[in-house]
Amino acid sequence: MAFVELKDLTKHFGQVKAVDGVNLEISAGEFLVLLGPSGSGKTTLMRLCAGLEQPTAGHLIINGQVVNDIPPREREIAMVFQSYALYPHKTVFKNIAFPLTVEKLAKKEIKKKVEWSADLLGIGHLLDRRPAQISGGEKQRVAIARALVRTPKVLLLDEPLSNLDAQVRHTARVELKKFQQEIGVTTIYVTHDQAEAMGLGDRIAVMKSGKIRQIGTPDDIYHHPVDIFVAGFIGIPPMNFVEQNGVIVGFRPEVFHPADPAHAENRISFRFRILRVENLGSNKLAYGTIGDANVIANLSVRMSIEEGKEYDFSVRKADVRYYDKEKGARIDSVRS
Amino acid sequence: MKKKHLLDREEILAPLLLIPTGLYIVLFVGFPFVMSFVYSISNVTVGNPHFKIIGLQNFADLIRNPTFRTSLFNTFFFTIVSVGLVLVLAHILAELLMRDFHGKWLVRFLVLMPWTAPIALGAIGYLWFLDSVFSPVDWLFRAMGLLGKPGDLFGPASNLYWLGRPDLAMASVIFVQVWRLVPLGAVILIAGMNAIPKEIHEAAQIDGAGYFRRLFHITLPLLFPVIGVTVLFATFFTFTDMTVVWVLTRGGPPPNTTQVLASLSFLQGIEGGDLAQGAAIAIFFFPVMAALAIFVLKLAKKAVVL
Repeated sequence: MAFVELKDLTKHFGQVKAVDGVNLEISAGEFLVLLGPSGSGKTTLMRLCAGLEQPTAGHLIINGQVVNDIPPREREIAMVFQSYALYPHKTVFKNIAFPLTVEKLAKKEIKKKVEWSADLLGIGHLLDRRPAQISGGEKQRVAIARALVRTPKVLLLDEPLSNLDAQVRHTARVELKKFQQEIGVTTIYVTHDQAEAMGLGDRIAVMKSGKIRQIGTPDDIYHHPVDIFVAGFIGIPPMNFVEQNGVIVGFRPEVFHPADPAHAENRISFRFRILRVENLGSNKLAYGTIGDANVIANLSVRMSIEEGKEYDFSVRKADVRYYDKEKGARIDSVRS
Repeated sequence: MKKKHLLDREEILAPLLLIPTGLYIVLFVGFPFVMSFVYSISNVTVGNPHFKIIGLQNFADLIRNPTFRTSLFNTFFFTIVSVGLVLVLAHILAELLMRDFHGKWLVRFLVLMPWTAPIALGAIGYLWFLDSVFSPVDWLFRAMGLLGKPGDLFGPASNLYWLGRPDLAMASVIFVQVWRLVPLGAVILIAGMNAIPKEIHEAAQIDGAGYFRRLFHITLPLLFPVIGVTVLFATFFTFTDMTVVWVLTRGGPPPNTTQVLASLSFLQGIEGGDLAQGAAIAIFFFPVMAALAIFVLKLAKKAVVL
């Protein structure tokens, strides 16, 4: 277990600032998720941690030691690649054992550790197969087993679930969190999938254009996004934004309900013109407009609303966030 | 309904398209191949086309012939040393050409030249390079003070006589053959190396493997089928080649220092007119080549292809 510090970490590829002065502290045993759209620099940031890229400026510190100049093989980190990167000519056993053979451990010791790691991931029966003979979900487990086998200081995961089909992905997510907690390894996890980020992360760092826009617990990120980008990026469907009195008013689709005249105090109400209603089974999404802003409401299926009609909707003031019209940053005190 | 055009009918079009290939194989590969078998058990000569079958007499004569035994040894020596050098050098060249640098396309193009240029032309260039009197290599050595005066590293004679001394002649022939085949090997290896995903190398790096462990545990095993193909090509082109030997040394220095099977077969069968003997020598290629082809193809099949 180790703690990791990134200080003004920067990586330029020619003119492109892939990672632009990132400061981050990850405590021992923490599960940190780097979340961002493609091209936000999250994968580059992870590759910097792995040592696969050299930083243009700044420092990477593991357990208090600057590791900028230490090659990947001496950093005692492990990484799971999006493509798994299993060694196709080796059996599953030899794949998992590879990091240990490098350390020149005794055969017995290697066997014990490989079996421990394979049993942890439930792939003990696959040890004699080759990567070409197992399924995508099994390959992913082999890749994780290989990463965990020598109990690394830091575990890096680069979108490890994105090549799995939707059903497997869900169970894999739950299990991944379980392994990580059992072993307690410091983990950095890169994804563009916010459901993964919300479900897995102790903290989430939201990235855009090489910079971290916000870092906090999933709850924090969801309910108190610091700017319009984070607010709009997190949440399915995303936060609604309506301009009112020169500021941007933001509220989540699930707190946007038909107005109840009996409880009008401490609420802001809007005329909501509904254009389309989608019934998703467990809930209903109503797409429409407030003025010229597109807005979505996430409603109960029992609610009867009709397309093409206008309704009075309202939001509790406590659920509303305000953002600066020009800069997009959150404004904490607004009288209205 | 309109009648089908002749070329729309597969049962006619397919055989039609196969005819040129079939003709080529039968006339220029199959026929000479069968004829060389027939010639090798006959007493045919250039001057006397009426021949009779004399059984294995030609082969018995060959095995008793010291020139043939020397050539057989030379062929294997020439092939094994050349292919070994080609493999190592082609791998180094491939590694270098995989890196990014300015003017890479130009260097790649120049590196490929020895393979694309006609080999006779290249060999004639080397004939001048290695000339007994006018060799520019010797000029260089003399200018550097390595040759021509008593006590110099390469001896007091004014020239090295590259093609006139047994050891240097064999070395020269091997050098030119290697020079010609390295680009081919490098191109095949580059293709194979590009087929290995970058992540696999990165994963091995993170797993703690240093350069040599990655080379021997990851890169080479994954390159195995491609290396097999390189060995196959290099061996075919070397084992059956006579151009380099013929242009540079004609099998000399006397008696037969660099004589190989292909040049001996040509010497006996065409220059000497003894077609039967020439054919019998050439037949010796067949089992070696066939065995090699089967061996390499089997290995390639066994190795895991990505």
